[in-house]
Amino acid sequence: MKENTSKKISAKLKGYAGHPGSLILMLLVMLAAFITFAVLLFLIAYILVKGVPNLKPSLFALNYTSENVSMMPAIVNTVIMTLMALLAAVPAGVFSAVFLVEYAKRGNKFVEVIRLTTETLSGIPSIVYGLFGMLFFVTALKWGYSLLAGAFTLSIMVLPSIMRTTEEALKAVPDSYREGSFGLGAGKLRTIFHIVLPAAVPGILAGVILAVGRIVGETAALIYTAGTVAQIPSNVFGSGRTLAVHMYNLSSEGLHMEESYATAVVLLALVVGLNALSGFAARRLTALR
Amino acid sequence: MKQSIKKYFNRERVMQAVFFTAACVSVLAVALICIFLFANGVPAMKKIGIFDFLLGETWKPGNDIYGILPMIVGSIYVTAGAVLIGVPVGLLTAVFMAEYCPKKIYRPLKAATELLAGIPSIVYGFFGLVVLVPLVRQIFGVVKTDGQSILTASVLLGMMILPTMIGVTESALRAVPRHYYEGSLALGATHERSIFAVMIPAAKSGIMAAAVLGIGRAIGETMAVMMVAGNQPRLPAGILKGVRTLTTNIVLEMGYAAELHREALIATAVVLFVFILIINFTVACLNRKITRE
Repeated sequence: MKENTSKKISAKLKGYAGHPGSLILMLLVMLAAFITFAVLLFLIAYILVKGVPNLKPSLFALNYTSENVSMMPAIVNTVIMTLMALLAAVPAGVFSAVFLVEYAKRGNKFVEVIRLTTETLSGIPSIVYGLFGMLFFVTALKWGYSLLAGAFTLSIMVLPSIMRTTEEALKAVPDSYREGSFGLGAGKLRTIFHIVLPAAVPGILAGVILAVGRIVGETAALIYTAGTVAQIPSNVFGSGRTLAVHMYNLSSEGLHMEESYATAVVLLALVVGLNALSGFAARRLTALR
Repeated sequence: MKQSIKKYFNRERVMQAVFFTAACVSVLAVALICIFLFANGVPAMKKIGIFDFLLGETWKPGNDIYGILPMIVGSIYVTAGAVLIGVPVGLLTAVFMAEYCPKKIYRPLKAATELLAGIPSIVYGFFGLVVLVPLVRQIFGVVKTDGQSILTASVLLGMMILPTMIGVTESALRAVPRHYYEGSLALGATHERSIFAVMIPAAKSGIMAAAVLGIGRAIGETMAVMMVAGNQPRLPAGILKGVRTLTTNIVLEMGYAAELHREALIATAVVLFVFILIINFTVACLNRKITRE
């Protein structure tokens, strides 16, 4: 077996005889790919090796104190924040995708405007979202630093990606489904809710899970909207930090490096899990096709 | 019977209106963002003086001097560095994914590039702080640099734009008709020559779009840059010196800023926003070009 592969490799290398330029290019490609994946592997391994030993049960205590910088309140805040942001962003994103795919006529000027604005939204840096959230939700609407202001800011931020993935999922539903439904006498609305949307659920879900990943990892948009209080607020108008903001505060203070590593592990694990889940959902969609 | 039909069509109309309203949300959001940023930022620019603001070399909020040239230059340097590192590596990795990767390991590697995109910027920043900063300090010596520098930020941002670069370039390469490659092979070119002399030029617009998207991501990145760039608000004297970017200027000082200082920070965001709009416009143009091709 081993001999076989080495023979194969030497045969391949012989193919490069007389083409030194090609050989160099091939080696450069291999080197670049190696760098990319080595960097990722090193980053994950480094965080895990440094962080896992610091994952103590006390870090998951219900209360945050200056002696025990527990991340539990931040985790709870992250869950609340994610749910609220999704509650606003998913209906808006899915419904506008339904409008774009099922109702809008081709070449409609308004559709062009929507496309342009979603493209713009997806390019805006998170700090600009944060500043807008501070000016609009926190100051103009007088909500103060609050989970609610943070959640609305984030919902605008993830709206374009939910719209785009839903659009693609809806477009992937074959037209024969719609025609079959119309042929059986169903109206447009019934067709959308009973035939098209259920068939597109895995694709929509994949997009939503990616959005969750973005919400969980977001820092810059939250510092000046949801604030940095390290406790679970009593209601949605209270300030509270999510896990990523918690990690930022710990690492910038520089006093709690061990806890920072541990928080990084939890964040990384969350993101890896969400990515895997999203990939799984997306594969379900392709399996359906 | 008649009534139920009427009711039915009413529901259709109502829901259509709901879908339409939802579609308006994104338009409304962009309008609000523009209005609030410009209404708060532009008056400050006028008060400070547009040229004093954009071309002023000193940023001293304590003395009411607000010049953001160091930050503009800082953002450009750091982004250029990221492009210099991220674009070649990303392009070649995309070539690997599209043309070299054995089928068996393609799926895990593809998932790995997607994971690279999903890692939160705060984790990248932390990694930069505990690994790259000491590394740079060790390589160049404590005398020359304390490790928080343009170079460190560029390397970190180069890493962060890799997934964008790889993903978009790979799909651009895959969109090139396969017979281009086969025709080139049939003329006696090697695998590499076919890729680099035929496939890549054919995918040019897509690769450009990938690079511009990467620039957008690098110029807008905040937390990671803040943790490794040093954040000194002065014109940098070399790539081993610390620097402050437009994004970090906002995050660092917004917490305690008031009055004109606060407005000057919002005006900084306006400048950043204009940069982003230019980048978005370029991407949109490139995408139009791709669909036409």
